[in-house]
Amino acid sequence: MSEFLPPILARYGDDLLDGFWITLQLVGLSIGFGIVLASLSTRARLSKRWWLRWLSAIYINLFRGTPLIAQLFLIYYGLGQFSGLWRTLNLWWFLRDPFNCAVLAFTLNTAAYQAEIFRGAVEAVPRGQWEGASALGLPRHIGFLKVIVPQAAIYALRPFGNEIILMVKGSAVASVVTVYDLLGETRLAFSDTFRFDVYFYAAALYLVLVETLRRVWNLLEARLTRHLDPASKQRMRRRKESVLEPVAS
Amino acid sequence: MDDSLLSLLRFGPQGWGDELLAGVRITLLLALATAPIGLVGGFLLALARRSQSARLRVPATIFTTVFKGLPELITLFIVYYGLSMLLSALLSLVSDVYVEVSSFLAGMIALGAVSASFASEVFLGAFAGIPKGQIEGAEALGLSRYARMRKVVLPQLLRLALPGLGNLWLVLLKDTALVSVIALPDLLRRTFVAVGATKEPFFFFFVAILIYFAMSLVSSVILGFLEARYSRGYAGR
Amino acid sequence: MKRTFLAAILVAAAALPAAAQDKMQLRIGTEGAYPPFNSFDSDRNLVGFDIDIAKALCEEMNAECTFVTQDWDGIIPALRANKFDAIIASMSITPERDEIVDFTDKYYNTPPAIAVPKDSDLTEATAESLADIILGAQSSTTHANYAEAHFPDTELRRYGTPEEYKLDLASGRIDAAIDDVVVLSDWLDSEDGDCCKILTTLPIDPDINGPGVGIAVREGETELLEKFNAAIAAIRENGTYKAINDKYFDFDVYGD
Repeated sequence: MSEFLPPILARYGDDLLDGFWITLQLVGLSIGFGIVLASLSTRARLSKRWWLRWLSAIYINLFRGTPLIAQLFLIYYGLGQFSGLWRTLNLWWFLRDPFNCAVLAFTLNTAAYQAEIFRGAVEAVPRGQWEGASALGLPRHIGFLKVIVPQAAIYALRPFGNEIILMVKGSAVASVVTVYDLLGETRLAFSDTFRFDVYFYAAALYLVLVETLRRVWNLLEARLTRHLDPASKQRMRRRKESVLEPVAS
Repeated sequence: MDDSLLSLLRFGPQGWGDELLAGVRITLLLALATAPIGLVGGFLLALARRSQSARLRVPATIFTTVFKGLPELITLFIVYYGLSMLLSALLSLVSDVYVEVSSFLAGMIALGAVSASFASEVFLGAFAGIPKGQIEGAEALGLSRYARMRKVVLPQLLRLALPGLGNLWLVLLKDTALVSVIALPDLLRRTFVAVGATKEPFFFFFVAILIYFAMSLVSSVILGFLEARYSRGYAGR
Repeated sequence: MKRTFLAAILVAAAALPAAAQDKMQLRIGTEGAYPPFNSFDSDRNLVGFDIDIAKALCEEMNAECTFVTQDWDGIIPALRANKFDAIIASMSITPERDEIVDFTDKYYNTPPAIAVPKDSDLTEATAESLADIILGAQSSTTHANYAEAHFPDTELRRYGTPEEYKLDLASGRIDAAIDDVVVLSDWLDSEDGDCCKILTTLPIDPDINGPGVGIAVREGETELLEKFNAAIAAIRENGTYKAINDKYFDFDVYGD
């Protein structure tokens, strides 16, 4: 088999695939943990307590308004500075590992974006739905779970798919803190051989991943919205994502 | 945060304030130099993607798919190493002149291609948002194709595209930080230098994040003002 | 304003010196991030052993030299692309590199060493004792290759610059770092380096470390290569080399 491959792939193909697997893990874990954190901060954002709303707004805007790579450096090198403290707290085993640091940074980052998506989706559900739920005598939190969330989920679907794709692309920065993801393995192969074509093979893998995600997501969306009429589907697509809002909002 | 940490931010030979400020200047310079590429490139790409001719439509669509899908960091490496190698190889055929693509130029080209691809989506959406009646009205008035574009379509297009373009500016501002990986002395790279010399990574990366955040906030305020201004006469819509 | 902007964005171009000029023009490529061999002082001047040796060689060859800095990862491609004419940057002469560039005779040869945090439990550096630890090295260096060959069971992390592995060794994220003994000692003797100590110096492996550190020129530039070799022999002979050696080190870095 390997004699049919370009020489660089024969030598580094397995490494690139290992890196690809690390990239998938980085993205999967961060998106998964991100959903949990984003749900919590959306809850805080819609809370009646002003300080919870503020805290959540500051977190969301801070992480959406600054570069992911700077956040990663803050967590990797910044938290690493206090390794003595983490050892006492028995947390160093976690922060010591570059992969964990990357997952932590990516989770905090994607959760902020996801929270904004969730909030927008909840607010897009017409007021009448809240009123209808309470007219049926449903308690507020049941009405929220059974009436609002299912409708909001459909509004959130498209921007959420975009966020996964953004995370795939963003995950490449993990390679700058010695995580051997797809780009990390690629850089290693390049520095060993100065063979530039290795970047093209890595680029092709990223493109395949992103395009696959995009197509799968389109199918998913078509399936979940098949009960909607074309006009409301159009409306959903047109909804622009909100620009970064000042903290005070 | 005690005094000794804050004193690290002083200006002059002892402090790092002036170094970080010089980094902010490079960061803003790169973003400002790249934005027009994204804007004009995005508009042209959108026109090509709407074109009847497949010879324009297909390459434009491939271009957008590739640069929207690739991680910005790998695009940056490909431009930085690849373009240098390509230009040197081409020029070595004719002369011994050495050509290097500077990290600033590589950043401009890579981030410009990415911004243009995303901006073309924004423009396509905005084209779709202009009511058909507007074009028909302009035709009925006997305006030429060019005048139709300039007097009727463009003003409405810009208003519709502004929120999306504003978003792209914020994304671009953050993406400039990636160019520090190929040694552009921007804010993040200079922060790293300060960290190397002082061994205070938490403090310096935190300060860098606050500076990026301040730049994002100021941009948002300006964009909000622009949007309000360009939506005059559309109150309530 | 306009000029600095153009300078920042435009491609850098430099013409090759014309052969007819009376004084040879040479562009020397170096890294500027590898103290005490080549680095920047606080006034942004290039300093170090490599730099002084380069200046002495240029003087000996009656050449006018200018220095160009380049990140380590891209230094060989840049030489081949004619960004400069020679690399004087503590580059070890290895068979892989020898295939794509030509090397002069060595101008120094020092062994690799391993640095560990002061409270480390490690007492020796063998394949067994290092088996379960994490070792840091600068990528694309003979030291990274040395670790791969001699410590196959050790997890190796590669960093773009020495600065990054120093931060991670200080925090304890990696258990040890491998680099040139002189580079590590220089760091550990400074205030920055009070986290760590030298565990041991490693024996030179000629298959990996090669005959030592040499000057790289483009393939086929035999005339330049011979001039460099003659100049190295001359400064070894006339005491200039020893003066530079003693300025930086209290032992002989030339080796046997």
